[in-house]
Amino acid sequence: MKMMKTALATAIVSTLFMGATAHADGHKISDNELRIGYLADMSGTYRDLAGPNGEEALKMAIEDFGGKVKGKNITVMSADDRNSPDVASSTVREWIESDKVDMVQGLVASSVSIASTKVMNGTDTMGLVNGSAASSITNEHCTPNHIHWTYDTYPLANGTASAVVAEGGKTWFMVTADYAFGHALESDVTRVVESNGGEIVGGVRHPLSTDDFSSYMLQAQASGADVVGLANAGGDTVNSIITAGEFGLAQAGQTVAALLLFLTDVHALGAETAQGIQLTTGWYWDKDAEARAWADRFYDRTGARPSMVHAGIYSSTMHYLKGVEATGSDKAADVRAWMADNEINDMFAKGGYVREDGRMVHDMYLAEVKTPAESKSDWDLYKIVRTIPGDEAFRPLSQSKCSLVK
Amino acid sequence: MTMIFGVPAAAFYGQLLLGLINGAFYALLSLGLAVIFGLLKIINFAHGAQYMLGAFAAYLLLETLGINYWVALFLAPIIVGALGVVIERFLLRRITHIDHIYGLLLTFGLALVIQGTFTNWFGVSGSRYPVPEALQGGINLGFMYLPIYRAWIVAVALVVCFAVWFLIEKTKLGGYLRAGTENSALMQAFGVNVPLLVTLTYGFGVGLAALGGVLAAPVYSVSPDMGSNLLIVVFAVVVIGGMGSIVGAILTGLMMGIVEGLTKVYYPEASSVVIFLVMIIVLLVRPSGLFGKGT
Repeated sequence: MKMMKTALATAIVSTLFMGATAHADGHKISDNELRIGYLADMSGTYRDLAGPNGEEALKMAIEDFGGKVKGKNITVMSADDRNSPDVASSTVREWIESDKVDMVQGLVASSVSIASTKVMNGTDTMGLVNGSAASSITNEHCTPNHIHWTYDTYPLANGTASAVVAEGGKTWFMVTADYAFGHALESDVTRVVESNGGEIVGGVRHPLSTDDFSSYMLQAQASGADVVGLANAGGDTVNSIITAGEFGLAQAGQTVAALLLFLTDVHALGAETAQGIQLTTGWYWDKDAEARAWADRFYDRTGARPSMVHAGIYSSTMHYLKGVEATGSDKAADVRAWMADNEINDMFAKGGYVREDGRMVHDMYLAEVKTPAESKSDWDLYKIVRTIPGDEAFRPLSQSKCSLVK
Repeated sequence: MTMIFGVPAAAFYGQLLLGLINGAFYALLSLGLAVIFGLLKIINFAHGAQYMLGAFAAYLLLETLGINYWVALFLAPIIVGALGVVIERFLLRRITHIDHIYGLLLTFGLALVIQGTFTNWFGVSGSRYPVPEALQGGINLGFMYLPIYRAWIVAVALVVCFAVWFLIEKTKLGGYLRAGTENSALMQAFGVNVPLLVTLTYGFGVGLAALGGVLAAPVYSVSPDMGSNLLIVVFAVVVIGGMGSIVGAILTGLMMGIVEGLTKVYYPEASSVVIFLVMIIVLLVRPSGLFGKGT
């Protein structure tokens, strides 16, 4: 019996050593290839802003990188999260446990990102969050395994709301989507409006995916507020803006402030309906020559101009692959440390950097939708009114509730 | 200022009117469902997708052929209705002899296929369809600003609802239809081509859905998922009114529009569930629906 125990212990210890020597040899890309999982809403409300075209942006980054990292192949698998945190967390769990996925890219609905990064927390798998809005993803929900890249609700409120208040929009009526993201955005807006001397005079909370906004617009009109703030997203925002136009809010002197508006939404509305709307964005395809050149290549592959999320997916994948190449490892802890040590200078951001809470800090842009006369093509939609420096845009670390911030 | 239940009277009337407008719209859509169920006993889950097809037909007619709203108002329901005829003739007819649930599953599957295909082609962000020039602008009613187009929706919906009710309940053709579904063998013995009547009825019901889609195109974003949310609400309306009752569908549609409209003022968070609450209560108290003929 004692003999057997010793034999067993020897076997275990020697196996452990074998593992250790394998690592020391530098074969640190696990399973002999780098595996990336693309998880996004591929068929629902958020399909156009990330979706299949986001997977295309991911593949562009891999091709531009040369298709291999440290001589190993890079494979991509993708799944539709159906905007469900349950579907997302079981997919990510399966990816980690059976498919040995090294990095999860995409991550759109905030609830999906929070659930997925919880599963990744403590594993060797890295998460790159690009589609989500909630600033809590790098605040109370931060993990050492993920980075939030493109934007969040903090600069959305900071950029748009403070600009509108500065132009004299002192009283606000909020139309808020009744779920986590809407509430987060509403509270960020309230903070910005009140600290700039404005006031929230009323509001409604509507269920997600409402078709008819006429009742809410009528209530907004009756409130007499200077500004109608839309703390919703996607189809809800598009329908709110259409209805606001129909009920003549602008003619009556009210301003509509859409706090989260993607290029794909504005494209759906068209310059005629959306003209003059101010919004905050993390990136715009026509902001400079480098962005344009990338957007042209994206357009050739997809037939659409990229949203900020598409650009963020490309940029973050590129930075990640550089990290794997430089460290020779695909472990989340190693790559993330490299990503945080190295500045991001590409078509997406200049001088961007990753903070300890996982927030990628970069400049944000306050944009205004062009009038039909100014717009030269159906994707020529924004003029950049102001560049908001990254350190001013995002939540300062001094206010952070993230456990990684000391 | 006069107040009604804590809301200024003017705002209250405004919301009441808006509820009526949405109600007229629900009535139009549930009418098509009621006609199809009442006469064919098919639970048409593709109704939302067919409504969406109507809106897309109008949009594509305008974008590709430059055909305007007024023509599309007739043409789109005919095109989509013809598609309905094809669906009835080649798919639904094969399963008429088995349980209704198969019709439900078939049309539900069709709806998913149609919606998925359109999502693939057009994306989900949707497209804008302009309000026709003659119906732009609005009237100030004193208590609210009423866009002319919304008034137009109510007018069309009410006229169509009345005409359909009259056609089915008061004319000889309607009589044939009702008799044909009651006892098809006997009617065929009298020389009436019942299968043709059934096919045309389904096509007509689908055409009504498409008409709803054309009417909705200028006020909502034309997108592949525009029908899926609405479908469930409209089904609830039909269940509350009594499956297959045409008068029930129309009156319940109007009523539910108002109930939902007022909920949006007093407790907006519940606006997407209030109709289903009513449905549950009605099913408990009167399972055959408010206007149904007891089973």
